[in-house]
Amino acid sequence: MDFLFTEEHKALREMVRDFARNEIAPLALKMDEDGDYPKELIGRMAQLGLMGITMPVEYGGAGMDPLSQVIAMEEISRASASISVVMAVNNGLVCEPIYHYGTEEQKRRYLVRLAKGEMLGCYGLTEPGSGSDALALSTSVKKVSDGYIINGSKTFISNGFHSDIAIIFATFDKALGYKGITAFLVEKGRKGFLVGKKEKKMGLLGSDTAELIFDNCHIPAEDLLGREGEGYKIALTTLDGGRIGIAAQSIGIAQACLDESIKYSKQRVAFGQVISNFQAIQWMIADMATEIEAARWLTYRAACMRGKGQEYAKEASMAKLYASEMVNRAAYKAVQIHGGYGYIKDYPVERYYRDARVTTLYEGTSEIQRLVIARELLKD
Amino acid sequence: MDFELTEEQKLLQKTIRDFAGDKVALDARERDEKSIFPSDIIRELAGLGIMGAIIPSEYGGSGLDYISYAIIIEEIARIDASVAIIISSHNSLCTNHIYTFGTEEQRKRYVIPLAKGDKLGCWANTEPGAGSDAGGIETTATLKNGEWILKGTKLFATQGSVADVIVIMAVTDPSKGSKGISAFIAEKGTPGLRIGKKEDKLGFRSSDTSELILDDVRIPEENLLGRPDAGFADVLKILEGGRIGIGSMAVGIARGAFEEATRYAKKRIQFGTRIAEFQAIQWMLSDMATAIDAARLLVYHAAFLKDHGERCSKEASMAKLFASEAAMNATTKTIQIFGGHGYIKDYPVERYFRDAKLCEIGEGTSEIQRLIIAREILGRE
Repeated sequence: MDFLFTEEHKALREMVRDFARNEIAPLALKMDEDGDYPKELIGRMAQLGLMGITMPVEYGGAGMDPLSQVIAMEEISRASASISVVMAVNNGLVCEPIYHYGTEEQKRRYLVRLAKGEMLGCYGLTEPGSGSDALALSTSVKKVSDGYIINGSKTFISNGFHSDIAIIFATFDKALGYKGITAFLVEKGRKGFLVGKKEKKMGLLGSDTAELIFDNCHIPAEDLLGREGEGYKIALTTLDGGRIGIAAQSIGIAQACLDESIKYSKQRVAFGQVISNFQAIQWMIADMATEIEAARWLTYRAACMRGKGQEYAKEASMAKLYASEMVNRAAYKAVQIHGGYGYIKDYPVERYYRDARVTTLYEGTSEIQRLVIARELLKD
Repeated sequence: MDFELTEEQKLLQKTIRDFAGDKVALDARERDEKSIFPSDIIRELAGLGIMGAIIPSEYGGSGLDYISYAIIIEEIARIDASVAIIISSHNSLCTNHIYTFGTEEQRKRYVIPLAKGDKLGCWANTEPGAGSDAGGIETTATLKNGEWILKGTKLFATQGSVADVIVIMAVTDPSKGSKGISAFIAEKGTPGLRIGKKEDKLGFRSSDTSELILDDVRIPEENLLGRPDAGFADVLKILEGGRIGIGSMAVGIARGAFEEATRYAKKRIQFGTRIAEFQAIQWMLSDMATAIDAARLLVYHAAFLKDHGERCSKEASMAKLFASEAAMNATTKTIQIFGGHGYIKDYPVERYFRDAKLCEIGEGTSEIQRLIIAREILGRE
């Protein structure tokens, strides 16, 4: 049992913290208001190795371990959850599956550019009629002599608007169930690949969430990811890792809620004294801090298990479930501590409150996490 | 960073788990119902070195680290929390107080027999008028002709009526408030030291909780423990370790309940299917398991810091707060999963439920833990 960061982890945390504080935090409000982020930011993050953190150096990545990814996600999320989701998707949902299931050719062609920030990726699993029930997806794929033809649409795709490449899941035949699901790498610009509606959301306003439409979109055979029928396995194993990323994002937002609450409560005067003197406020702060710690250890444990190559699906789900529900409580308390000011956009807690909400929804709702955990617990 | 136990810790875990399953489980219900103190079990635990788990071997202990200690407490509490609290209060409060702040002479005279389990320890701070306000005690100690005269009443002393060695906190300088408190070592049978009311409790019924009446108890001058008037600072330090003990105990109770709930859900049939098939039940189990894992990690983190000689006041309070509330939640949900059967004494879960409640109160209520955490974060005004 060792609860300490290595020197490398500490150095990474310092570096990302400084970067987030100096280059992301000052833009956070504007990104939230504009509904977009400056593209240069991706290049800057790539320079720091943040777009392919765990990818090997020979594929353009930073060659770090899963715990490093958690540390980086936490720090970026503390400044802007919108930017951290851009990063999380590119790292966890795009680079990872290409690295694990892609051919050498695909890695050279896509992974290197994704990890270097020369390309941005997105992950297309969700559809209008299939969210938690991922198996029910109906985007279809048909084999043709020189590749595949895809038809259908994907919804709520993070990075969907700005990305250059998408991992798309489609089925040969719904009747085949999971055996029919197959993954593809689809570059933007292919005929029949359209970006549909850019969603108007409650939070994460700086990041883009869009619909992707495939209208007889032809894909060359070499852009099949993994094997035919392997898509469901790719989707699930990718999400196990992705969940650690969302847990880390939740912790980062919660830490920001705590930071702001401490700062505000120590300067706000009511009834003749700073409100941090009142137990009503102290209790909220003590609970926030305790729950953040609990979430951190669950998340670090899942990341360490993953780093060691152990089974970690249950632990990742526990981390994601707990951290995402925790950040919603933390954001609620942060707004409560700020009182009316918490409801006004002059203070960032209003944004944290909106950003926190999605964490119990995407990359598996809390309900799906409980399902995954219960299955493991009740195994005979 | 690494979250795996060492081979030694895994072996210890198995040894204690087997012992608890074989020896502690036997008659746990009867001990609870009749409030029988588990003397035989304590003797056997002493034989395993558990009564001096965290004391170095040169003082008769096993020299284990705090993570190992947390493992022991959890495994015992999983079966019977009453036995666990005896180990915890004997080790981390009484024995550790004498070991940490005592003179070499005191260590030889008291720590060795306590660590070997030849003697049983008790630690008495709480009074009728001083619970959470631990520095507000009124028992006095006055030095007269080379003897300390202790006068007052101690309440809710764990092992109060059965202990051989009792660490007692008393006011030595009433003008200085909590900075005028000192600690003393008293022995059973000292004239004037009377055992008062033996408490009849909601839970932890097999552990002994008694009132101690100090009616001019005369203690040799050399039995002052630690520096005079500096006792309260030592008390706070000792409670850090105590909270790791209570945190582990809460994790053990929660896990015991969770395992019973899982077993029951897998065999109980309703609406033609095992209730484990229902999401209503699955959700409770998933939330329990997640909270238990988080609680254990918080406890191990505090233990890890303590093992490395780091300050762990905030972390121990976080662990104790989180784990005790997790235990209360887990035992509440467990009874819910059992339905009517959970309310009946044929299953141990109603005992777990009653035992869990103490974890939110003993060695600092949840409110005191929040106070400590908030002070650490916000600084004292």
